[in-house]
Order: sequence, then C-alpha cells, then structure tokens
Amino acid sequence: MDIKAFKDAHKLINEKTYALGTIDKGYTNRTLYVNLDNNEIKEKPVTPQMKEKFIGGKGFGLRLLWDAVKPETKWNDPENEIIIAPGPVAGITAYSGTGKSIVVSISPMTDIIIDSNVGGYFGPYLKFSGFDALEIQGKAAKDVIIFIDGINGKVTIEEAPEEPLDSHILANVLTKMYAADEKDYRNVAVVSAGSAADHCNIGMLNFSLFDLSRKEVRLKQAGRGGIGRVFRDKNIKAIVCRSPQPKGDMLNVVDMNSIKERGQKFNREMREFDDDQCEMRTKGTAHLVEIMNEYELLPTHNFKFGQHADIAKIDSKVWKEWFTPRASDACWYGCTMACAKTVEDFEVRTGPYKGRKVLVDGPEYETAAGVGSNIGVFNSEVILELNFYCDTYGLDTISFGTLTAFAMECWENGILNKERTGGLELCFGNSDAALELIHQMSRGEGFGLIAGQGIRKMKKYFADKGWGDIAFMNDIGMENKGLEYSQYISKESLAQQGGYAMTNKGPQHDEAWLIFMDKVNKQIPTFEDKAEALHYFPMFRTWFGLMGLCKLPWNDVEPANNAETDEPAKVPEHVDNYLTIFKAVTGRDIDNAEMIRQSERVYNFQRIFNIRMGKGLRAHDAQPYRAAGPVTKEEYLSLQKQYDGQLKDIIGIDPEGKSIDEKMAATRKFREDQYEKLLDAVYKRRGWTRGGVPTIEHLQDLGMDLPELIEVVKPLLEK
Amino acid sequence: MSQTITVNGDLLEWTEGMSVSDVLALKKYTFKMLVVKIDGQLIKKAIWPETVIPAGATVQVIHLMSGG
Ligand code: SF4
Repeated sequence: MDIKAFKDAHKLINEKTYALGTIDKGYTNRTLYVNLDNNEIKEKPVTPQMKEKFIGGKGFGLRLLWDAVKPETKWNDPENEIIIAPGPVAGITAYSGTGKSIVVSISPMTDIIIDSNVGGYFGPYLKFSGFDALEIQGKAAKDVIIFIDGINGKVTIEEAPEEPLDSHILANVLTKMYAADEKDYRNVAVVSAGSAADHCNIGMLNFSLFDLSRKEVRLKQAGRGGIGRVFRDKNIKAIVCRSPQPKGDMLNVVDMNSIKERGQKFNREMREFDDDQCEMRTKGTAHLVEIMNEYELLPTHNFKFGQHADIAKIDSKVWKEWFTPRASDACWYGCTMACAKTVEDFEVRTGPYKGRKVLVDGPEYETAAGVGSNIGVFNSEVILELNFYCDTYGLDTISFGTLTAFAMECWENGILNKERTGGLELCFGNSDAALELIHQMSRGEGFGLIAGQGIRKMKKYFADKGWGDIAFMNDIGMENKGLEYSQYISKESLAQQGGYAMTNKGPQHDEAWLIFMDKVNKQIPTFEDKAEALHYFPMFRTWFGLMGLCKLPWNDVEPANNAETDEPAKVPEHVDNYLTIFKAVTGRDIDNAEMIRQSERVYNFQRIFNIRMGKGLRAHDAQPYRAAGPVTKEEYLSLQKQYDGQLKDIIGIDPEGKSIDEKMAATRKFREDQYEKLLDAVYKRRGWTRGGVPTIEHLQDLGMDLPELIEVVKPLLEK
Repeated sequence: MSQTITVNGDLLEWTEGMSVSDVLALKKYTFKMLVVKIDGQLIKKAIWPETVIPAGATVQVIHLMSGG
C-alpha cells in the first residue's frame, strides 16, 4: 500500500482551527458540527438543559438530531445526521467498560431513530480532542475524510479519492497516515464502513483501536440499523481523530480515588470469579453458545428451533481454541473483562482477500449464532470468514445472519429458487451460498443487492413479484420496525417478546434480556411483574448509553455476596459502583430512582421522536408470529408434547382428537392475545396510553414536558 | 405414592438423599451464575453437593442474567 500516494491525492476542502479547551467533570461543554453540503465546521455549546435532561451519549445524540431534522426527513435526505457521542463517563480508565459511544441517526432499515453502541477509541478520543459529540449533516459531492486533530486543534474536510473502502485495510492505512510516527498509532482512531455499505441498508460502522500487543489495528462495530449506509450515502470515507495519549485523569473528575477504589474491587472480582462464572476473559460472549443451546434459546434455521445436535462444532470450546488471548483484548483501556477476543492469522478462502491471512475480531455470541446456527452453518471456519467479511465490508452480522436465515426458509418453501436468486442455492447450511451472498453485497449486484436491503424490503419485493404469500413471510420474517431480530429464541418467554418488540429502535436485546427471569426462573409470572421488568431493565440499560459505559461488566461477573442480596438479578453492588462513578466524575449525587428517571427522560424523548416521524405507536410494537410461537407444523411437532401440555394446562383446551392445524390455531390465538395484554400492562407501567403515547402527566412528572414534545403528543392524546 | 419437590414452579420427583447438585443436573441447569434457595433459604454454592433436599421442598434456582 502506497500510503504517501493516497495522501498526496487528498484535496483540502475546508479547515478550521479551534482552541483545545479543557474537560471539566467529564464534559467538554461543546459539540462539533460538520456540514458536508457547504463544508461548514463549527462548535456548538452544550447547554445546561442538555446536561440536565439529556446527560450525554445517546441523550445528546437524540437532542441534536431532533433539532436537525423535520418529521418527514428520510434517512438519505441531506439533513439527516450521524451523531457520535461518548457520555460523560467515557474516557476514564480506572473502571472496566468505560469507553463506549452511541451513534444516532435516522435508519434506512426502520425510517425512525436508530442508536447503536460501540467500543473502540473514537468516542473517548473525540472527547480528549475537545468535543462531547460529533454531528455530521449534509452530503459531500465526492468521498471525504473528516479529520479531527486533537493535538493541534484543527478540523479538516479532505477529498480522499484513492484509499480502498474495506475497513481492515482502510483503518490500517489511515492510522498510519494520520499518526506522527509509529508510537503515535495508538492515538489515532478511525471510523469507517466498507464496500457493502455503499449498496446495502444493513451497512454498519467500524470503530478502530490500535492493539498494542498485536501491533495491529482492530475493529469494533456500531452494527445495528444501517448507519454505515447513511455514512456512505453522505460520501464519508472515514472520520479520523488524533488524540492526546490517554492517561490517568483526562476528564478532570471530581473524585478519582473513588473510581479507583471501585475499579480495583471490580478487577479483583474478575480475577477471582471469571473462570468459574462467564469466562469472559478467555471466551468473550461466545461462552453463551452452548448455554443458549442447552436452554433451547439458540436460534437455528431461522428461529424455528432452539437447539441443534451439531452444537459442539461451534461451541465455546471451539472458539477458545481459535482465540489467542492477549493483554490487549479490551476495546478500551483498563477493561479487565477484556472480552474483545481475536483470531490471528486466519486464512481467507473466498472473495477478494482469498489466500490472505487476516485478523478476525470475534466472533461474539451474536455472530456465532447469527451467521452460524441460525443459517444452519456449524463450521467454525465459515463463521470466521463470514465474520471477517461482514466487518470489513461494513455489514451488521446480526442483520446479515437473520436475513440470510429468512431467505433460506423462503428457499425451503419454494418462494425462492435458483432462477430467482441468480443461481445461489440458498438452503440452510449452504456456506458457499452464504459467502457468495456476502460478496454480492460488497459488489452491489445480484440477489445480494436485494437481500442487503433487509427482511422488510425483501418481503415486499417477493410479494410484489408474486413469489410468496405475504402473510407467511410476515410470520417467518424476523423483523420488527424493519430491523432484524438479534439471536435469541423468545417463543417461550412473553416478557422477552416485549423485550424485543417494545423497544424504541427495533428488536435488539440491549434494552432487556428477560428470558431466564421469565421462562426459566418463573420470577415474573403476572403481567404486572413482566411490565415492571420491562420498565426497570430497559430504563436501567438505557443509562449505559447515556454514560459511555459498556453493559457487560454490570452482570457478566458478579460479586461474591451477590446471591445474598435482595435482588441478585440487578447486581446491586455494581449498580452502586455506577452511581459512585457518576458522582465521582460529574459531582452529581443521584440515587437509584434518579438513575432510572434520567433514562426515562431520554427514553420517552426517543419514543416521541418516533411518533413525530409518524411511527412509535402500538401498531409498530407488533411482532412477527415466529417470535411468539410455532408458525409451521414442523415447529409444532418438534415440541409437540410441550405445546399439547400448554394447551391443556394453560389454555384450557383438550388437545386430544384435535388436528395439528386446530392446535396451532388455538395456540396462536392464545399467544397473540397474551402479547396484547402485555402491551397494555407495559404501556401503563411506562406512563403511556393504550396506544403507546406518553401522557402529558407522565412527561410533567419526569420534567420532560418540553413544548416540542407536548406539541407532538397532544393531538394524539385528544383523539 | 411418589413424593415430589417443586423446582422453579415445576414438580420434580423426589428421591431419598437428593442434593442440590443432583437437581441441577436433572434439570440440565448448566448455567454457572445460579442462586439456589430451598424454602426461601439461600444455599451457598460451595455446599450444593452435600445439601440434601427434603421431600415437598420448594426449590428456587435463579438464573442471573448475563450476555444480552
Ligand atoms: S467488557 Fe468487552 S465490550 Fe465491554 S468494554 Fe470490556 S472489552 Fe469492551
């Protein structure tokens, strides 16, 4: 790679110098705005109201986006923005999991707001360079790089015609191009997408980090909702930030000792308990593969089944063999959970990088399940190859897996055939077809181009062509709001059905993961119990996104006495760590109740933002029936004893003498009715109407009765 | 007539000398982050193998959340 030649081809479009400033109690108190229509670069102040009501991270992203767009703005309109915001806590290094950012935009998948959580160095580096958020609006005429020079206080927009798009190369090239020297590589962070994000709505963003042990650039993903597609539609090739080198207290916190004390205690827990608990340090989240299989929660064959006989071929023992653990397996400095596992020297066997040895970040659980069991692939090398190509091409592994699984079930049912797929034999387990599909996405051609728009658009396309019954495709197409489901079977957990489909952005498990509480422990039997869980956990987990925190250290290791606490599922000691850290960084003393209210303000704001865009109502919280029960006879028969038992004991219908069709219909009626009752209970608990609209009283109670929010909800409340 | 215990709301046949570890194995509860209570009383992990469950007991095996 001739980096000098790439650099020489750059053309400066605009530049602006700025005063570096200081960080005060976690905040820089300004954001950076870049407009690619007119190449404006400017600073914006962070108002006290933003800090008070929106806190940071996702809250800042939503506030800025609301002010930038109109109700009718579409994802590819120039006024849509991409906002990257670390929260106030992001950038400390004395507690694990403190380097996350949230990326916010209008999604091409859902046409509403998407927020995606990501590691890597960019978020903290943006803050060290002087900004609490980066807001990009407009579309460049040609491919550009936005460079934030946090050493010299300068922002540039540069035309960048020559560098290749695929992230494993691009992030490497740009790290070297913008660093002062080799020692400085670690201080450069790159945000990029990949060649497939030019064509596919499931495009994602890669956030780099320079791995000091491996001396290589690695990639973490803001995967969900197609922000990579928005990024490339704006003709952004990359965003690069060069930062002062991280050291002890970059945030000028109020009380460093308290952070250190909690951090050391947490680190002891990791050392003492991780090997007997989740083994995050050696297996990452891939430790979940066989657990989910054991509890019949691992999606196989498009979420039809929850278990597979070949699980041993892709379980965590296999991944542990592939991974090379190193001290630098953390996506931000100081994280001792260090779950960012990596496969080194993986030899690629297909596509443009065939024969090359590459570094693969992952697979995490979601990837192993998504591009593995859910598409019937039980071959670790194929999973690694799909993982690598999803990352470098800029594709979300979760959406890729779920939509490929859908296409494979369409194949199985004659909705697709060789003629319609252009020769791809998309049957379950056909790894060659899955790999070819991904290469087509990168080239923007063939069936890959159709599939890359996501399940919702595929369903319409197939129905318009007269290839299949839309009702059946709606049942088996695992999407809600236009976003593909992440990788857990929710059929036997009503609460998790809500945890998926009652989300603001679409079915990602990062709001609530309630399957054990509900299905296995049976701790939340009533609608009110489930509604309480579907209030508390989504609000609690929203808080991580306001702060710049990673969720995993909250509950993927637990303190020795956690079992003795009143509510072990909430891990009270770790919650207390977070309250302590928030106070130690910002000086603001809050309790558990205020923590939830901070999230509620932002959560309700996002709900109303969706309503403002014509969505965000009860109809949009509907789920595909595959998420709730058996769609096909094959599924029913696979668990016939269980389903027959439920008919008799729970629904009150004697299955004796009934046909499978009759039993399936009765099961479906019951389950769909249960979900409606759950919606009622959850909305009530969240302070919303039966239609899913936040009430004015609730907004007043939260201190979120902002005129712009009242204006949106009032007409709906008066109906 | 056989005797039973209740485990997370489901009936399970009770056998003489049945320990907490036996119940976890029978129920295939392989997840590692578990809290076990017998009739509301917390049983620490270290003594699961030797803790015998009485007939008719109500056993709670709380799987904590992880992943997700
Ligand atoms: S736990 Fe894993 S994902 Fe979270 S900050 Fe640490 S390394 Fe990153």
